This record gives sequence, C-alpha cells and structure tokens, in this order.
Amino acid sequence: MGYQNIFTQTQLRGAPEPGVPLPAGSDARLGTGSYNYWLGKFTHAQLGPFYLGNLGLASLVCGFIAFEIIGLNMFASVGWDPVQFVRQLFWLALEPPAPRYGLSIPPLAEGGWWLLAGFFLTLSVLLWWARTYVRARALGMGTHVAWAFASAIFLFLVLGFIRPLLMGSWSEAVPFGIFPHLDWTAAFSIRYGNLFYNPFHCLSIAFLYGSTLLFAMHGATVLATTRYGAERELEQIIDRGTAFERGALFWRWTMGFNASAESIHRWAWWFAVLTTLTGGIGILLTGTVVDNWYLFAVEHGYATQYPATGAVDPLTIQGSAQ
Amino acid sequence: MTKRALIPAGVLALPVLIAACELAPKEGQQLGPRGAGMEQITNLSRVKAVVPPPDSVLPLTTREGQRAGDVYPELKVLGDISIEEFNILMANMTAWVVPADAAPENSGCNYCHNPENMASYEKYTKAVSLRMLQMTRTINTAYRTHVQATGVTCYTCHRGQAVPAHIWYGEADEAPRGVTNVRAGQNAPNPAAAYASLPGGFNATFFAGDRNIRVNTNQIHPTGGPLVPIQDAEHTYGLMMHMSQSLGVNCTFCHNSQNFGKWTTSRLQRVGAWHGIRMVRTVNDQYISPLQTTFPAVGWDGRARLGPLGDPLKVNCTTCHQGLNKPLGGYSMLKDNPSLAETSGPLARAAAAPEPVPVATVGAVVARLPDDKVAVAVMGGPPVTPAALQRARDAVAAAKGEM
Repeated sequence: MGYQNIFTQTQLRGAPEPGVPLPAGSDARLGTGSYNYWLGKFTHAQLGPFYLGNLGLASLVCGFIAFEIIGLNMFASVGWDPVQFVRQLFWLALEPPAPRYGLSIPPLAEGGWWLLAGFFLTLSVLLWWARTYVRARALGMGTHVAWAFASAIFLFLVLGFIRPLLMGSWSEAVPFGIFPHLDWTAAFSIRYGNLFYNPFHCLSIAFLYGSTLLFAMHGATVLATTRYGAERELEQIIDRGTAFERGALFWRWTMGFNASAESIHRWAWWFAVLTTLTGGIGILLTGTVVDNWYLFAVEHGYATQYPATGAVDPLTIQGSAQ
Repeated sequence: MTKRALIPAGVLALPVLIAACELAPKEGQQLGPRGAGMEQITNLSRVKAVVPPPDSVLPLTTREGQRAGDVYPELKVLGDISIEEFNILMANMTAWVVPADAAPENSGCNYCHNPENMASYEKYTKAVSLRMLQMTRTINTAYRTHVQATGVTCYTCHRGQAVPAHIWYGEADEAPRGVTNVRAGQNAPNPAAAYASLPGGFNATFFAGDRNIRVNTNQIHPTGGPLVPIQDAEHTYGLMMHMSQSLGVNCTFCHNSQNFGKWTTSRLQRVGAWHGIRMVRTVNDQYISPLQTTFPAVGWDGRARLGPLGDPLKVNCTTCHQGLNKPLGGYSMLKDNPSLAETSGPLARAAAAPEPVPVATVGAVVARLPDDKVAVAVMGGPPVTPAALQRARDAVAAAKGEM
C-alpha cells in the first residue's frame, strides 16, 4: 500500500542527473545538483543544477523591481511601521490611477508607481514565458508548457492592460494587494450586473472545475495503479495489459468510457488552457461590449425569473433626485 | 485510529482550524425564493439582548387641558400641546439626553435652561435642542417610510448620553508623502467597512449631499456615456458593508443576489433602507450641519462637539440601529410622547393630516401617505405567501393609478 500514501515513498540516490548537453550558445548550468530527503517526500529528491540564462536573469530582475515597488508602496502607506506592515499586509495595496487620469501618466504617488510596477511585472512574466519556450526547445521538447502559460498571461494582460486600454482608463485595472484585488473582483461583478451571467465566466468556471476533476481522476487512477507500474506513463501508452489498462478498465466499468494514457493529458491541457482563455474573453467583453450581464441574460432567456416582491424603485414613485 | 490515519485526519482538520469558522450554533431563516442565497443566518452566541428603553417619567393619560403656549408664550415649538404633555416631554428629554452624573449647573433643566430665565437661548444646548425637536418631528412625519409608526425619540440616538455613541465627522484626506502611495481612503482593516479593504469614507461620501449610490446601468450594451468606474462600485460596496454591520444583517436582507440593483425582486426592506439613507442625509444636511456655528468646539463636558475640520458630529445608520435591524428592538416610545410625531399640535393635525392607512400587510406596510403618495415600508412580519404578495402588488398598482 506504500504507493498510495500521500507522501512519495521511494527516493532515488546516485550521482545527480546533470541533464542533457546544451545547444551551442547556451550558458552553463549552475551547480552540480544535490539531494534533499524532505524535498523528496513531495517532489523529486534532486535539487539542481539550475539553468539561469539571460532570460531568467532579466525576468528575475524585472520581477524583483515590481515586487519592491509594490512592497515599498505598501510599506509607505503604513508610515514605514514594520509592525503595522506585517499586521495589515493582507489589506495593503498599490492602487491604479484614479479614473480622472484616463490613460495619461499620473504622478508617481497617484498611480505612477502602479504603472511602473505593472510594466516591470509584465516584462518579468513575458521574459519568463520566453524562458519556458527557449528551455523547452533546448531540451528538444514540445512547447506545450509555454503555450499553456501564454493562456494564463492572456488573462493577466486582459485584466491589467488590454481591457483598461479599451475602456480608456488605467483605473479599470486591478490593484496589487491581497484583499484589495478580491474586493475589486466583487465590485467588478456588481458594477456589471453580476458576472455570474457572463457566459464566458460560466465556461471558465466549467473548465476550472473540470480541470480539478480531471486532475483528481488522473492522479487517483495513476496512484491506485502504481503497484503495476502506472507511474511509467509513456510505456503505458503502448503496452496493453499493464497498469494503465487496469485504470482504463476501471473507468469503462464505472462510466462506460475512458481516456487513454495519452489523451488524458490532452484533456487536462485543454481544460487548463481554456480556463484562462475563456475567462480572459469574458473580462474583455465586460464594459466594452456588455454593460449589464444580468440584463444580457434576461434578453437571451437564461436568467431565472424570480417572483416580484412588491418592492418598487422609490425613484419611480417620487420622481426625486438619486 | 492508527497513527497513519492521524496524518490525513490532521490535514483535513487544518482548514477548519485556520479558517474563520464560527462553530457556535446558528439559526437560518429563508427570506426569499430558493437559489439566490436569500437567507439570514444568525449566530445565536452573538445575539445581543435588547435593552429596553426607560419608561416615561410619567405616563401620559390625557392630551386635554391648558395649552403649553398659554403658560410659556415664548415657546417656538410645542406651544399647542397641553402643559402636562409638555412637562412630561421636557422631563423625558432630560432623562434621554442629560448624563446622570452631570454637574449641578449642567444637570436636569439646567442642561439647556438658565434657571433664572427659562426662555433664554444663552446656552447652546437649548438652541440645539430646539433644532433637534424639529428634526425628530420631521423624521417621524416625513420619513414614516423609514421609521413607520414606531418612530424615534431623542433616546433612539442619545441613549442617555449628551453625544450619541456612534457619530462621524469629516476627516482630512491623507496628505501624499512625497512620491509614495497613499491609501485613497481604503486598503486598511476598517471595522466600519466590515474589515474589508473597501473604502471607509462612506460617511462623508454618502451621508451628506446626494451623491449617486447606484452603479448598475439599465442597458445591456454600453452607449458611450461617461465611465462608471469600478471605484464607484467599491464606494457603494463600502456603504453597504456599513449598513450590513449597523443592522446586523447580510446583503440578502434587502437585495436579491441575482442582481443587486433590481428593485422588483428586492425585499421590501430595501425600500425602507432607501428612505433611511435619505432621512440620514436630511438629518445631517438640514439639521446638524447648519448648527456648525451654534456648537462650541468643546462642549460643557470637555468633549469635542466639532470634528477636526470644524463640522458638527453627524449621524449614520449605526447611530440609531446599533446592530439591530430595528433600533431598540422595535420598541416605540411615542405612546407617552405623541407630539414628537406631529408637525403641529394634536388639534390642528387631526384636521389636516390623517394617519397613513395601511392597505396591505405582507411583512410590509403598503401605505398611502398624505404627501408622499405611496409608501412601501417594512415590518418583520410573517413569511410572504403568494396570496399576500398579490395583495401587495394590487395595492401598489392601485395606489400608483390614483397618483
């Protein structure tokens, strides 16, 4: 039953695997690699060697600049009091410029820092994307990881850059901060008549929840059949009668059909990619094409009609202001 | 249980330990149709006992007798009620507002009056009291849509204190510190905004003036009007957190979560709340703020009567409600103080302005008022039945048709 424990039970030891030879023009990998027992409980026990490279270095520098701008602005907002900085950290934020600035460049204290932080964070993320692409090519891999990451970056850019551009105001972007970005999300939904009725939001949620379901099904199936060698997934794609065949049998018995050892990974990849892709489309349409998703749902016949309560808008009765 | 089972059990229990779970017994009440979270959940361990207000100093047995104005010709208000009723009200006002431990020169009648010359306005407290009496009468007559027949007295806010416990005043915007970011009135654990990072400046934003609260548009597609920024929704959200906190209720006490802006599926409580916001604005803008030059910066008790910007201490929902959706648990103190719910004396009022007549009761009162035409206001009544709903709708339709 060892394989079915939540912790990895086996750890390989030997000379650390240094990786395949790098193509010409690559930097050398850093370090020679080592082993860590506790790391091996959760992941692979080998740590390193690392590949940093120019893209990785530039990405980390840009990310650090963004992190510092955000953190120091938060620190300043509590008057440089370290105790309050820790105590209020979840509430603190670096806010985008006020609506009156539109797409102009505001003073640093009134959103300028936000623009700078956003610029460097975006640069950092894009450089990291390029790194995942280049590293995959250097290893002779496909670029599936990079394109999945690109889908997440699309949502990130829609929220912080593309939609604000289309709306004509940086103020439409998300603040940097733990609770502030959550409050922004709730306010965004309320402002646009309930994001629940945004069909792309629905799709995104379906793919998100679908991703967790697929992840659970696949992870559980592989763990349950590792005693037959299911962790050697590539062999399972072509060898019948082995571990994955048992898993396939299990799903055919329980739900009538099953994914293959290969196609389950396609399912997982597409569900994950479509989560952020459809989510980004939904955000992109909000405020630019649709101003009230509830009324949109009423028009297209998919909003529940609740009975009227007898409440009447006081404005329509009194005809007064507000 | 084996040692192995303890680990996953611990992992499963962890979220319960670190999350803000309230393990106390709760009571749930369905407030509307299924599927939209229309429910009120009460944590029974947090239910506060309602402290009943003090009894009237003397019960009011009759409104007949000599008029107060005949005894005190200088009276600016209340001259047309009986002297007995007038004296009871004065004694009650003292009990409601004047602290029991005030020094002799500021206790009892002396709190407002110069005992040598009761008609004198030399004490600021008397000038303020006059305005507050007029305000209370306005609340109880013009805002029955909010206070209904229960009404308010000085005690509803003051609770035996010279300054009500829950007040607000203008605060200066945070000055920018060089090139570093400031909080723009939000992003702090603000109890008034339910510890959200939402803007906490709802008092000055919404409880004075007439700034728009609504953020939904009534169109499916944008029509190119001015941007209604998400920040506006955050400000409104902050206000709603304040109302929720003040009344000890959640969003669906008033709103149907399907669409917060839609009125016809909102609970009737929302109509009452709408009038309440207007009532607070009237109180602040027409009664309290104009007293800026009447109030001293520091009162007789050494406590501030003006905020740091020089504005008087103003009211919001918490001033009266104090955690209850009905202040004082819905107890009405007007029985012994009926003149507080009249714009003039009982005789003139009987001829000019009849009481609002309830025409339907559905957990709400749909009433026709002499001046307001139609009022749909709230009472925490029995669950709404379809038949009762229909009666309410018919009543509203009929009343609107007669306008």
